[in-house]
Amino acid sequence: MLKGKIHRVSGPVIIAEGMHGVSVYEVVEVGHDRLIGEVIGVEGEKAIIQVYEDTTGIQVGEPVYATGNPLSAELGPGLIGSIFDGIQRPLTKLEEVVGFLIRRGVKQPSLPRDSKWYFTPVVKPGVKVSSGDIVGYVQETEAVKHYIMVPHGVHGTLEWVASEGKYSIEEPVMRINGKDISMLQKWPVRKPRPYVEKLEIKQPLVVGTRVVDFLFPLGMGGKAAIPGGFGTGKTVSLQTFTKWSHADITIYVGCGERGNEMADALHSFRKLIDPKTGRPLMERSVFIANTSNMPVAAREASVFLGVTIGEYFRDMGYNVLLVADSTSRWAEAMREISGRLEELPGEEGFPAYLGSRLASFYERSGLVKAMGSPERVGSLTIIGAVSPPGADFSEPVTQSTLRVVRALYALDVSLAYRRHYPAINWLTSYSLYTEDVSKWWINIEPEYPTLRELFMKILQREAELEELVRLVGADALPVEDRLILEVARMIREDFLQQDALSLEDAYSPPLKTALMAKAIKLFYEKAQEAIKIGVPFEKVREMRVREKIARMKNIPFSTPQDQLITFFNDLYKSIIDEFNEITNEVESRVQSSRT
Amino acid sequence: MSNLLVRETQKLIKAQGSLLFVESVPGVKYGEIVEVELSNGEVKLGQVIDAGKSITVIQVFGGVSEVDLKKSKVKYRGETLKIPVSIDMLGRIFNGLGKPIDNGPEIIPEEYLDINGAPLNPASRLPPTEFIETGISAIDGLFSIVRGQKLPIFSGSGLPHNRVAAQVVRQARVRGKEEKFAVVFAAIGVPYDDAMFFIENFRKTSGLEHVVAIINTASAPIIERIVTPRVALTIAEHLAWNYDMHVLVVMTDMTFYCEALRELSAAREEVPGRRGYPGYMYTDLATIYERAGRVAGRKGSITQMPILTMPDDDITHPIPDLTGYITEGQLVFSRTMWLKGIYPPFDPLMSLSRLMKDGIGPGKTREDHHNVFMQLISSYAEGVRLRELSVIVGTESLTPRDRRYLEFADKFEREFINQGEYERRTVEETLDKAWEILAVLPEDELKKVKPEQIRKYHPKYRVSLPVQRTE
Repeated sequence: MLKGKIHRVSGPVIIAEGMHGVSVYEVVEVGHDRLIGEVIGVEGEKAIIQVYEDTTGIQVGEPVYATGNPLSAELGPGLIGSIFDGIQRPLTKLEEVVGFLIRRGVKQPSLPRDSKWYFTPVVKPGVKVSSGDIVGYVQETEAVKHYIMVPHGVHGTLEWVASEGKYSIEEPVMRINGKDISMLQKWPVRKPRPYVEKLEIKQPLVVGTRVVDFLFPLGMGGKAAIPGGFGTGKTVSLQTFTKWSHADITIYVGCGERGNEMADALHSFRKLIDPKTGRPLMERSVFIANTSNMPVAAREASVFLGVTIGEYFRDMGYNVLLVADSTSRWAEAMREISGRLEELPGEEGFPAYLGSRLASFYERSGLVKAMGSPERVGSLTIIGAVSPPGADFSEPVTQSTLRVVRALYALDVSLAYRRHYPAINWLTSYSLYTEDVSKWWINIEPEYPTLRELFMKILQREAELEELVRLVGADALPVEDRLILEVARMIREDFLQQDALSLEDAYSPPLKTALMAKAIKLFYEKAQEAIKIGVPFEKVREMRVREKIARMKNIPFSTPQDQLITFFNDLYKSIIDEFNEITNEVESRVQSSRT
Repeated sequence: MSNLLVRETQKLIKAQGSLLFVESVPGVKYGEIVEVELSNGEVKLGQVIDAGKSITVIQVFGGVSEVDLKKSKVKYRGETLKIPVSIDMLGRIFNGLGKPIDNGPEIIPEEYLDINGAPLNPASRLPPTEFIETGISAIDGLFSIVRGQKLPIFSGSGLPHNRVAAQVVRQARVRGKEEKFAVVFAAIGVPYDDAMFFIENFRKTSGLEHVVAIINTASAPIIERIVTPRVALTIAEHLAWNYDMHVLVVMTDMTFYCEALRELSAAREEVPGRRGYPGYMYTDLATIYERAGRVAGRKGSITQMPILTMPDDDITHPIPDLTGYITEGQLVFSRTMWLKGIYPPFDPLMSLSRLMKDGIGPGKTREDHHNVFMQLISSYAEGVRLRELSVIVGTESLTPRDRRYLEFADKFEREFINQGEYERRTVEETLDKAWEILAVLPEDELKKVKPEQIRKYHPKYRVSLPVQRTE
């Protein structure tokens, strides 16, 4: 193995000499403690290395060992339910070995070598196989069947396949062209995993948050960003999405964020029961935690590690959701490393390659036809949080991100101050998937396009009117506009606001969302009619049924469909009845005044 | 071990600001501590911030002003910055480098600990859930603190942050429990009288024996400011993890810390980030703030209350901005409130505690807490919106409903937020007060509370006591 010497240490950046023949992105081990590092530049016999662990105390002259391999993820049974740091060290295992503080230089295999998994073959020996073919599976948790695929680059005759039974991930389970292959695979994290083709997105990834699902749907296999100042609820939103989304597998990347938040997510994922599988959410989740006080260089590794694991499950035919909180911390790490390398800085000190690096992450999302047989389609959806300094979206990370993503959930400080949660601003957010998924929605609610359009129109009109109200007061507005203001308030408070902690409403199934929207539309239409025939606006504003509408969100999401429909039909009936009441009053008054 | 080797050099190349460029000795370590011996015999400490084969860059604590390149000497200690820690540090006062300054005896160390600590394994952390009752309605009712949280005060110059922090320290307790607790207080670059205000306060109330005070006053060398919070937290960790103590760390003023960081960064000629602060300030602050929490298998905990003054009351300034991104919420002071005569002058809409949800509710505070909190905040937000509106259009054009909101907002500020500096309210008193104030609003406006909670707690439905009836 090639061995060089440390020439200079400056924070996470090390320059080593005597490194002839190493290549960029090769993993090296630095110093007597053998800290993990990655070559990020080569100049003659000198290599520039970013170190993924704390370099304090590292001595000039200590050895540097080249490994010949790029930074790779271990893939195989054992991933689900795990929590890794940025370079895939298993954090739960590390705790057993070195206690609750992270010591450097500790080496542990990413996936447990001693666990035995019950492998079931699904093909018979003798057949021709190629990359991506499913040979068998392991029921990794009750919620996830982990398919064992032929590794990429391997094809030929399947000479032998292990019989049903327990195997560790390093024991061979198949032989192809004389080569024994185990369940453990490695994949370089910076390299996208191949697929047959990308497919057009036609389905939303339902996350159970009304403002997303109904107004700005996220495509399954899509990419979205959620920028917001501190306290606007980025993390709560992301956690809510991961908890309730219709994805099969969720990957939560905590990149340079709070340790307590990570602990909270871990604990709630262990406790919360996934309504789809009836099992704890942890049984379909993978966590990557590189908190803000952990080494800066590993932030980038954590993001690419997450996306690689995501692609791996996508290749099995699963719908995977990956959230990264926060990509800004990764960008800051790039800036720090770039500064140490004395590269020419771009905007605000960020390196010029900020945009392309971010794109290389988001571009790995998609709905794809996976390689191998049986034929299958999988998806990887990515949502990245962005933390713009001073909540100013014009900064480089937000702007570079917006150039790649197709949906934006803009968190708004003023909404958060008003405790309107989720604080997703309906005027500045957008989704380019709206058209693509509207057919899917129409299957649930034929009126979907009209409903959505009406809501957007009312909300936009409200914004215009607000300026006017500030000048002349609401009373000076024509009745139609005052009605718009009332209905807009109804949409905001009774529909868009959704309490992530509510036991009944943290998740809103698409049907409930649609039925709620229809109630508001019905109220609006009835109110327009009533006003037309002369019902005083105050009467409409003070209707009793409005409280019922305000409380409709409290119908638990677990309510069976038929009961849900009955509940809303009752609500519609109360709306119609009360409107009849007040219009009859007016009509009879008109009649009596005539007689 | 390194004492056996002579590792020193007299070849000093350049001195600038607080940086010293010297010729390297073989095997120089990144981050190791050096002694700079001046010609007059004085010794300054420094730290290696760039270790090269030929040139080493040293950051000198106390600056390089008296360093004579020809006559000074640099000795390498071979170790990173460590301080002696002991349980006997309780009741004592130290300088920013952890040396006693109260004329008491030297500390007999139980251990030497690296002031940078080591990151807590996220998988070992326990989510903070234990409610701390501060007796201050605004905090307990609206932005509750839990053990293991880091919740800063964002203040402005001239606002009473020190008094509020002292009140928290004085009154904070976990309900129904008597446990070992300690306060670690770090004064970072603050005027001497501010530091003494705290010390006197501790002396008068809980007694100094629960307190470790680290004082780096405005006149101390700026470089020590970088070390001060780390020294404080290293001691806090020793008390929490090795002595099962619940430690509250109060650090004031983080603004001075960040300014010191900027000054050093400029001396190193680094590419500046926003407003001249270094690009790594987020990470640097995180290595301080993240040293709070609870871990599985240990009884103790570390709760942090850093205090910072927002330059020009601007919350988007990098210091509060980056802090807010790391801490679990923020308690924001408002000058408007203070001018109205409200103490503590919290801005209820901008303040927030992220970990509140896990610390409140049945069995912890009361089952209506979450709903009452949501109701108070959203109604107050509506009140504030209408207040702004009424300035433009006049109160006359508001509906009766709107006027009730105005009344609510005023009462909320005057009776709920406002509180005596020595007044302690239990969380029940706080919540009952909240209901009294909510009663100003029409009942059908109370949409965030549950109907059964209204029937149980709303003053209208509460059976008054006979005593009150006779009044």
